[in-house]
Amino acid sequence: MSTGVNTGGQGDGVDRVDTLDLVTTRAWIHAVALAVSAHRDELTELDAAIGDADHGVNLQRGFAAVEAATGGAGHAGAGHAPETVGQLLGKVGMTLISSVGGASGPLYGTAFRAIGRALTTPEADGEQFALALHAGLDAVRALGAAAVGDKTMVDALTPAVAAFDAAVTAGGDLRAAARAAADAAEDGARATTPLQARKGRASYLGERSIGHQDPGATSTALIFTALAETFERRG
Amino acid sequence: MKKFLNTPDSYVADSLAGLAAAHPMLTVVPGAGEGADESAGGFVRRTAPPRAGKVALVSGGGSGHEPLHAGFVGVGMLDAACPGAVFTSPVPGQMLAAAQAVDSGAGVVFVVKNYTGDVLNFQMAAELAVEDAGIAVETVLVDDDVAVQDSTWTAGRRGTGATLMVEKIAGALAERGAELGAVAEMGRRVNASARSFAVALTACTTPANGKPGFLLPEDEMEVGVGIHGEPGRRREKLATAHEVAELALDAILAESVFADAADAAHATDVLDAADAADAADVPGEADAAGKVARAGAGSVQVIVMVNGLGATPLSELYILFNEVSRVLGGRGVTIARSLVGNYVTSLDMAGASFTLCRVDDEMLELWDAPVNTPALRWGL
Repeated sequence: MSTGVNTGGQGDGVDRVDTLDLVTTRAWIHAVALAVSAHRDELTELDAAIGDADHGVNLQRGFAAVEAATGGAGHAGAGHAPETVGQLLGKVGMTLISSVGGASGPLYGTAFRAIGRALTTPEADGEQFALALHAGLDAVRALGAAAVGDKTMVDALTPAVAAFDAAVTAGGDLRAAARAAADAAEDGARATTPLQARKGRASYLGERSIGHQDPGATSTALIFTALAETFERRG
Repeated sequence: MKKFLNTPDSYVADSLAGLAAAHPMLTVVPGAGEGADESAGGFVRRTAPPRAGKVALVSGGGSGHEPLHAGFVGVGMLDAACPGAVFTSPVPGQMLAAAQAVDSGAGVVFVVKNYTGDVLNFQMAAELAVEDAGIAVETVLVDDDVAVQDSTWTAGRRGTGATLMVEKIAGALAERGAELGAVAEMGRRVNASARSFAVALTACTTPANGKPGFLLPEDEMEVGVGIHGEPGRRREKLATAHEVAELALDAILAESVFADAADAAHATDVLDAADAADAADVPGEADAAGKVARAGAGSVQVIVMVNGLGATPLSELYILFNEVSRVLGGRGVTIARSLVGNYVTSLDMAGASFTLCRVDDEMLELWDAPVNTPALRWGL
């Protein structure tokens, strides 16, 4: 089980992935760090249009700190090494809170912490991870007081969590659920373009925020796409 | 990008080191060094140890607004300031460390500008301070920028120029030994009495991004601009200094806190009419209105700040102040004190913000109280 891949054999050439383990979770977080670096300038450009041109830089700083703290990318990892998926994601959250700043630090940090807290067993199955994602979404909505349509990360996170949940409920494995979540997050992020921002710094622009894709929703889509690609690589 | 710097990553850290080197009364306490910029997590405090019984004022926010906030650390204002990366809120850990360093046991007031990031991070820091460190914390939220409508459609008015007035007046009260609740209440009163509006001529360039946040044609100005390089509410043809001052003051004086200023201006007219009636020896309504007007006229006194956003010469700020003075004179508003200069900036943005704070005698007396910080210094 340490590979996170069950070799049950579905007869369709691809094995089901029914367990999110520590190794896969580390690979996911590392993939997020790489994606944030690769898309840093794009995120910053989006933020320059309706915010303050620092979203890419801030997230890159945050995930660099996460890599250092959790032992990704060849770092030794500081402090006590996480032993469960929940502990690892909790540590990701704490590190983001203590290194990113801005609104995205507390919001992403709180999301990862809530997901981590909800995962009490060493590894997670699809149903457990779906519940944990719901906990993450609830925590973000409680802290940021944003609803769908406010042109924030919630516009990507909400459909992603719903799609993940639906895929698991329909019997899909983690790989299928993560892909569904990634596609829904990307659709959600794109759908923020015609919206007028009602939360965060973009709301100061009023109608001038219309016509630009929200940077927070975009980075949320990156995180789910990294999860899907991590499962797809390992599958 | 043309800036005096070593590397963009060390921009904040190098600037803070220079501040401390220039002003020994300040000490920079470095952070844990997480992240690319090793300044991350640090704070600036008074070098002198906390005085027993004095409530501490701690503020903070993204860097790039210098002298705000670190330049206002010192006797009569802040006890510590937490600088974040440029235009990025600091993180809860550094706010907690600052609060622990300067708390004398009398509690800490967090002065927080109303931006989602600052609010969330200070909120987390306040929880940590109260629950884990046992420090009494009160938070004063500053939201004075009338360019943003305070509604469910926005994150609420931004905190800008009034921050300086909150820190100065509440800081003076704390210096006199007032208790935590009273200091916070004074801070809230100042905020409720102050409103601001800003106009920009150029965008600013952050060291990390290297190019201006937006492009503004030579003959246009950004109206209702914020202090983080974001565009403003609307773009207009560049106007004269008189028109710019009038536009900003119209937006500010329309706020209810200044409502009776219009009445006072009207009263002056009524007064003239009453005087005319007296002269003509015609008793009547004008006479009664004149008595009311005499009682209310001139009661609106304000502290006015004309603040440069970073790249506007002082001479232009005085041109604007001259217009402000003329406009307010005609609107029944008395300028009790004034401040002209670069205090709440937006890196190298050309532009100006206007702040009016309606004051009573107590607030004015606290404003005049001695202050000794790198950026504000008087009464010593």
